[in-house]
Amino acid sequence: MSEAATVHDNPTGFSHQFEDLEQQREAGRLGMWVFLATEVLFFGGMFAAYTVYRSLHPMAFDIGSHLLDVRFGATNTAVLICSSLTMALAIRSAQTGKKKGTIIWWLVLTMLLGATFLFLKFRFEWYHDYIEHTIPGFGFHNLPQWGANAPQVQMFMCFYFFMTGLHALHMIVGIGVLAVLTGMAGRGKFTSQYFAPLEISGLYWHFVDIIWIFLFPLLYLAGGRYPH
Amino acid sequence: MSTTATIDHAPGAPAEPQINYLNARYGVRSWLLTLDHKRIGLLYLGTITVMFVVGGIAATMMRLNLLEPQGALVEPETYNKLFSTHGIVMVFFFLVPSIPATLGNFLIPLMIGARDVAFPKLNLLSWYIFATACCLMLYVVATGGVDTGWTFYTPYSSLHSHTDVFLAAMAVFIGGFSSILTGMNFVVTIHKMRAPGMTWFRLPLFIWAMYATSLIFVLATPVIAVTMFLLMLERVLHVGIFDPALGGDPLLFQHMFWFYSHPAVYIMILPSMGVISELITAFSRKKIFGYSFIAFSSLAIAVISFLVWGHHMFVSGQSVYAGLVFSVLSFLVAIPSAVKVFNWTATLYKGSISYEAPMLYALGFIGLFTIGGLTGLFLASLATDVHLNGTYFIVAHFHYIMVGGAVMALMGGLHFWWPKITGRLYPDLWARFAALVIFIGFNLTFFPQFILGYLGMPRRYAMYPAEFQALNVLSSAGASVLAVGYVIPVIYLIWSLRNGPIAGPNPWGAKGLEWTTQSPPLTENFVKTPIVTEEAYNYETAPEPEVARV
Amino acid sequence: MMGLTQFALNSMAALWAGLPLMPPAASSIAESVDHLYYFLTGITVFFSVLIFSIIFYFMIKYRRRPGQKTEPETHTSMFLELSWTIIPSIICVVIFVWSSALFVRNARPPANAREIFVIGKQWMWQIQHPEGPREIDALHVPVGEAIKLTMTSQDVIHGFYIPAFRVKKDVLPGRYTSVWFKADQTGVYHLFCSQYCGTNHSEMIGWVYVMSPTDYAAWLSAGEQSESLAQQGARLFTQLGCDTCHTGAASSTGPSLAGIYGKPEKMATGGTRVVDDTFLREAILTPSTIHVAGFAQIMPTFTGQVNEEQLLQLIAYVKSLQPQERTNGQ
Repeated sequence: MSEAATVHDNPTGFSHQFEDLEQQREAGRLGMWVFLATEVLFFGGMFAAYTVYRSLHPMAFDIGSHLLDVRFGATNTAVLICSSLTMALAIRSAQTGKKKGTIIWWLVLTMLLGATFLFLKFRFEWYHDYIEHTIPGFGFHNLPQWGANAPQVQMFMCFYFFMTGLHALHMIVGIGVLAVLTGMAGRGKFTSQYFAPLEISGLYWHFVDIIWIFLFPLLYLAGGRYPH
Repeated sequence: MSTTATIDHAPGAPAEPQINYLNARYGVRSWLLTLDHKRIGLLYLGTITVMFVVGGIAATMMRLNLLEPQGALVEPETYNKLFSTHGIVMVFFFLVPSIPATLGNFLIPLMIGARDVAFPKLNLLSWYIFATACCLMLYVVATGGVDTGWTFYTPYSSLHSHTDVFLAAMAVFIGGFSSILTGMNFVVTIHKMRAPGMTWFRLPLFIWAMYATSLIFVLATPVIAVTMFLLMLERVLHVGIFDPALGGDPLLFQHMFWFYSHPAVYIMILPSMGVISELITAFSRKKIFGYSFIAFSSLAIAVISFLVWGHHMFVSGQSVYAGLVFSVLSFLVAIPSAVKVFNWTATLYKGSISYEAPMLYALGFIGLFTIGGLTGLFLASLATDVHLNGTYFIVAHFHYIMVGGAVMALMGGLHFWWPKITGRLYPDLWARFAALVIFIGFNLTFFPQFILGYLGMPRRYAMYPAEFQALNVLSSAGASVLAVGYVIPVIYLIWSLRNGPIAGPNPWGAKGLEWTTQSPPLTENFVKTPIVTEEAYNYETAPEPEVARV
Repeated sequence: MMGLTQFALNSMAALWAGLPLMPPAASSIAESVDHLYYFLTGITVFFSVLIFSIIFYFMIKYRRRPGQKTEPETHTSMFLELSWTIIPSIICVVIFVWSSALFVRNARPPANAREIFVIGKQWMWQIQHPEGPREIDALHVPVGEAIKLTMTSQDVIHGFYIPAFRVKKDVLPGRYTSVWFKADQTGVYHLFCSQYCGTNHSEMIGWVYVMSPTDYAAWLSAGEQSESLAQQGARLFTQLGCDTCHTGAASSTGPSLAGIYGKPEKMATGGTRVVDDTFLREAILTPSTIHVAGFAQIMPTFTGQVNEEQLLQLIAYVKSLQPQERTNGQ
């Protein structure tokens, strides 16, 4: 950075390319919104491809959808919505100047809920799929009652794993970010004046939640209209 | 060489070397761990130059091969790998980053009066991501290359090609994230970090162009990432995403690919247009004609660019109705570009024009972009596109825009801001000569290809019927001239780093905040944050050029 | 001086003659496409010359002179901005309307077009005439008759391109695309693959032979005597057991195929679909995606049992069936 002295030491996390903290906060927020826009397009590409194949092969995708367990999907939806609540409460507690212990409590709860989501998904849903040979590329087994729909059932499962896998990856990154925030909170970095990292990460966390809210009905609740 | 032969620095320039961003810190670590947008811009410049040379070598071998109808140099298999390498490297690893990551990174904070971009660490990260992607692509090239074309059409690329499609797609995938981070940085920087008094309508048009480009970076690039991701999965898992035998649709790949790749070509041209606005005003010493029209047309181009991707697929089997819609939108996107060309030309009226190398590049751009853009109308027009799609007409069209347009703008911009970036002047006579050689070589190379296209010679052909030979030989001859034209600037620009006259803060007497600081600038750009009180390009209050030239 | 000018003109003429600028125009649409091309070229030349000239003129007239001060200017002119937005827009509208009219007109083949089938595969074109003859990398057609090509690929995407006719269409695996033309000059013309398809893409080329109707008829019958596509299809129909369900009787398990080609068929979900090449192809390869009203969805799939050629034979057979024909030999 600059040779000409930046004389401040940075208790408030101020970065000196900005004029003031206000500009930094606004820039951070706008930056996160722009990043989320890229994520919308990224998942959007997947959603578009899924939609095209869903309209080309409605019956196969219906069969595929019934391979998923709605109970786990629904539970996970509830878990994520709760985690968004706890995240919002973490931000709120910083904003209202609560003790760092409160902030940490809400952050840890959010991480636990996120971990619960991942645990349910990996240990129960995905492991179950592995046992039942419905993971494409890992011994995928066509059931006879699928008939000529078999290749497209496999394609549904592909999309299921791509989309929920991508989502899970974002969750893992999110939990990592929350861990870093927890560390920062532990060191007393957040005050009612400076809690921008919490806000920005909150935006990201809510976004990942919203993606799931679209994924759940598209994947788990699709179909049911065609008799088998 | 230089017209100031008797003195070893330009008048007004300090005789002692001063502290600037280049000498503030020394050592490899200070470059590889820099957070200074100017150094990052130079890191990008080095990387894209390497990729340009790789792509250029591929092109040289292609044009040599095409000297003879049966192929003069290589087997068809190798030729296919050459044109694929040329396309992938030039599009994804040269043109897309070129002006944004080099001139954009260097100039945006300077032009808006800021100390750096909004997120300097993300900026450095974007370069590392880009360099990684480049290394991966070079590895692919070195270990046999890919033969799918830069368009990676399925099912050839997903099922049939025996080359390393997976790694090539991964290189493109990784490189995309570098674009996304750059775009994010620029959007936030331009929105939030303008100096006091720098309202949107006082911004230099280069900033408007970079802003529009960044919108495309941010919204279009994720789609190519997903597309490449699906292609990679298909190569590994063979589940039939794009394989009709398993229920997949190869046309879906084309839709997804072009949804990014059409806006991508506007990523390549919008920054160039921004550079031209700066060059035309500086070398006619006049306010730009139609400032807000040029600014809004940049935004219009960015928006409409997302709606025209289907014009690459008029003969691929999409419906007639889709064809009509994409055709009308493709005509629509041509209008803002035409508006810009007229506004630049009108800027020259009653100006005070000088012909240094940057201006020659700018004027060459306007001419060649006009031709390239108008030939786009042949392709937006459905009936003619049926005949011309997949032929050398397309190749000529996009090279007129990308080489005659974007690369000339990059050259012009490099020459214009070279004194600011390096603190040195280069010999202008050699620079003008090189610009002329490039212009002539370029037209000789690509104009015959329009004719070849209408005659029916398809593109991506390693061999061709004998009646096409004369035009091919002409084109290859032009390519050799063009190559010479590109080598000359490398020589004198490197020469100037040590031996060129030292430049003052504003050798051209140009307007713009970047010219109010020393050359090269301090690491933090400005001693004090500037306060802006006037319109852009207010040449009535401009200083005289430091070295009087005509 | 005269001698020199003569020499220069002669060389230019020779160069002109030796350096072709336009492909032969050998189809009913070629000239109209060329007219549009000339118009577009005219526009390009006009505006390029206009811009180049204005720039040259300004460059000279307003070149920098020592001690010169630029005059204060107005830097917008709504009149100019509107003019150079509206005039190009009008030109674009003209081109769009002209071109789209041509395109739409050329998109639909005439009803009486003679159908020929094309199978593209790496790296050759297989042409199948319904009367029986087959050719590789060559297409014989009669002059003056509308020809519709129904095409599919056996592997990757190819492109079928005849520059002299100004027609081109991509050839896709897994579905049919079609293109039509009417050759109006006898002769031999290039056929190219226009969509990159792998190693020998540039060798996937051939010739189109346009012959007089009598010559064409002679060529058809002189060719290696083979059954027509429909005849081969009839044999395959029995061989594969299609006739056990599609008997044509009122009580048959499968719908009657007599005279159904080109007609709309009522589907179980309520809508209708036209029985065309694509429909028949889907019905044979993925019958579980087709549910005709009034019939159980029990047709087995023939994926892997029929190749592209055999599919074309079956389709040709179904197409040939007149209404009220029975198909199980009764």
